[in-house]
Amino acid sequence: MNDTRTVEPVGLHVRRNSPTSRIAALGFLAAVLVLALVVPYAVSLGTLINLVGLFTLIILGTTWNLLAGYGGLISIGQQGFIGAGGYACVYLANETGMNPFAGLLLAALVCAALAYPTSFLLFRLVGGYFAIGTWVVAEVFRLVTSQLSPLGGGSGMTLTAYRGVDQPTRVGQVYWVALAMAVVVVLATWLLMRSRWGLGLTALRDDDVAAAGLGVAVRRSQRIVYVAASAGAGLAGALIAINGLGVTPGSIFSVSYTASMIFIVVIGGIGSIEGPIIGAVVFYVLQQQLQDQGVWYLIVLGVVAIVAVLAAPRGLWGLISRNGRVEFFPVGHRAETR
Amino acid sequence: MAWVNAVVQGLLLGGSYALLACGLSLMFGVMRLVNLAHGALAVAAAYVAMSVVDGTGVPAFLSLLVVVPLFAVAGYALQRGLFNRALGFGELSPLLVSFGLAVIVSNGLQQVYSSDSRSIGIGELATASIRLGGDLSIGVFSLITLAVGVVVIAGVQLFLARTRTGRAMRATRDDGEAARLMGIDDGHLYAVATAIALGTVALAGVFLGMSTQFTPGYGDLVLIFAFEAVIIGGLGSLWGTLLGGLVLGVAQTVGAQVDPAYGVLAGHLVFLAVLLLKPSGLLPKVVPA
Amino acid sequence: MSMLLEVEAADVHYGELKALHGIDLRIAEGETLAVIGANGAGKSTLLKTIAGVLRPSSGAVRFAGEDVSGLGPNRRVAQGIALTPEGRRIFGSMTVEENLLVGAHTRRPGPWSLAAVYEAFPILAELQDRRGGVLSGGQQQATAIARALMSNPRLLLLDEVSLGLAPVVIADIYAALPRIAEMGTTVLIVEQDLSQVLRAADRVQCLLEGRTVLEAPAAEVTREQVAAAYFGLDREAS
Repeated sequence: MNDTRTVEPVGLHVRRNSPTSRIAALGFLAAVLVLALVVPYAVSLGTLINLVGLFTLIILGTTWNLLAGYGGLISIGQQGFIGAGGYACVYLANETGMNPFAGLLLAALVCAALAYPTSFLLFRLVGGYFAIGTWVVAEVFRLVTSQLSPLGGGSGMTLTAYRGVDQPTRVGQVYWVALAMAVVVVLATWLLMRSRWGLGLTALRDDDVAAAGLGVAVRRSQRIVYVAASAGAGLAGALIAINGLGVTPGSIFSVSYTASMIFIVVIGGIGSIEGPIIGAVVFYVLQQQLQDQGVWYLIVLGVVAIVAVLAAPRGLWGLISRNGRVEFFPVGHRAETR
Repeated sequence: MAWVNAVVQGLLLGGSYALLACGLSLMFGVMRLVNLAHGALAVAAAYVAMSVVDGTGVPAFLSLLVVVPLFAVAGYALQRGLFNRALGFGELSPLLVSFGLAVIVSNGLQQVYSSDSRSIGIGELATASIRLGGDLSIGVFSLITLAVGVVVIAGVQLFLARTRTGRAMRATRDDGEAARLMGIDDGHLYAVATAIALGTVALAGVFLGMSTQFTPGYGDLVLIFAFEAVIIGGLGSLWGTLLGGLVLGVAQTVGAQVDPAYGVLAGHLVFLAVLLLKPSGLLPKVVPA
Repeated sequence: MSMLLEVEAADVHYGELKALHGIDLRIAEGETLAVIGANGAGKSTLLKTIAGVLRPSSGAVRFAGEDVSGLGPNRRVAQGIALTPEGRRIFGSMTVEENLLVGAHTRRPGPWSLAAVYEAFPILAELQDRRGGVLSGGQQQATAIARALMSNPRLLLLDEVSLGLAPVVIADIYAALPRIAEMGTTVLIVEQDLSQVLRAADRVQCLLEGRTVLEAPAAEVTREQVAAAYFGLDREAS
């Protein structure tokens, strides 16, 4: 019996960008230009120093999100690398007289070099125990650092590179480099997640057994993410050190950085590029507004974070984008009929 | 001789760590939940006990009669109200929720009690000691703590092995859906486990408060030490947690004997060494097929 | 004879996919009913709906006259419905005896105790202290059935107990069924393999693609009728 029905071929068009994302790209470019060219001349030096804090929050949030939202690894010990990066930068700049910004890039490499062997140890733990393990590692970094006298022991080190440089020049340089670093980190993360490797990572996050079955190198991908995120944390740490003209073990290795990272990503939106940026801005604003209220703002943030995890698992960006239907930084593919 | 003394003191200290770690190990064993607020809750118990003693003038040990049941009930409510919901959202959620809780509790304590270091007075007991011969003496209170630690761990272990509820918990851990087919209400069961865990945490926290000065931020160290005890001892085994606590305690006191500043670091290094050389811990539980 | 279980016009969905279309099923107290059909016919789905693991999107499940459609699995056990799940689902870290004791969690009164269960399944008495994880398939199946019996159910649901087992082992399992029926337990057994089940059952109901295509006393159907229903041979060729 012959079946005389035929199947009409459907014209499918696969695209990566959308009109929304093109507009968003322009918006992003405009925002960066305003921040770079307009803001420095419109606000006080104090505000510029504060804004460096915002840029480091964006870097920290984006890299923590890479770890947790894409890699599925929760770390509460990134402050170990923030500290290592800060110390590396200050030490190199002081000892060799190099430009602190060159020290910044080297600090990121130092952290990557530290993170690689550490990952072999830490990956023997899973889930919540991995998280606490990262904290132990951070504590070890802190304790060892505060014992080493070449690193200033318990009192830390001050950055000597800017002696004799006037404040506006120094603040301006740090501001522009921080802004540039934030843009680079965000764009790099976006391009990474857009790539084929990034797709594998997303599959891994959703179901690592299935992903492994499809040939995704689970362990290796997680290691890459861990090293990259730690390098990013080191970069942020170096920025914090330069901005603050030095480091002390108590402050640069503080676990409160982890608290900020978690809040930024959870409230802004885990697993998206846009989320940590939004979260960083929200956190920064809250921090500026509520700082004089003592620790209340941390308690409030804790409550908001819990509510976010249970009620809005994709964070603010999830609510705005209606759970990923809108992408400012498109990482996916869309198939449409013409 | 000083070294023998260090080891003995380490074992006594380890009893405190084992007691602190018991609840963490139990919660993970039953529902694979690592409670990052574990340390903050232990310290909270110490503060509450201190308030009870200061407010009513009762002897420190009597405050346990208030604090332990209070925390057990709070644990039940916490699991039912918060953690059970988070467990349904995937692996990351319970961790993030417990982290949020930790921040709330430690900053809440800071707000109420400020960051001055406090302690719970136990009078004569604080300095009472038993001479063992030579230069060796054992603090009576430390000995009591070790004894309590062993009893609690043995008790929880027995509970899991022999009672109807304990069996139900082990069944739920093996296969939650099949357990439900036996008529087991896993939401209620998890809450019972957390109630027990928080009860032991409260007990441990009060003992901690009686043995040392504490601040709101002390919870961080408690969490780390409890975690190290669990990992050194081996996941899934409460006896392992006891052993892990003892090993950690000895590592710290021996390290401090080398140099007072190295105590905590020595503990971390021993933990990392175990992770490197015997990742499943010293007394790993046989993993079910 | 009173109806112990009635499933009325039940539709069950897996997301968008409709697995059962208006299924009716009745079991009288003390009967043994076999539900048969090919892979994907909806047998397990039906069983899970009766056990409470799935809820019907329309229609109802009535047990001893009461509507239990809204009750979860743990509540239904208390009512007297026990499921031996597909794949056995033994608690691997616990011994056979502990598995049985967990089965008795609801402490329902009845004839089934450790002693009674060991009598019906002598192999289990020997394996009392063996850990679930190291048991063979047949041993696990015996444990799973015995575990369900420990809750003293009025209705025992057996989901594909012969799956993955050698014929000799299957025969051993089915040898225990008469004993179970003797104790007054109503049994609903779901099977793909027909060799044993038609002998064990009082009535048989055959499903095909989520619908009932045959329902009759086991003694009155021929193998040809069953095969035709099973494979849908008497439907119009599409």
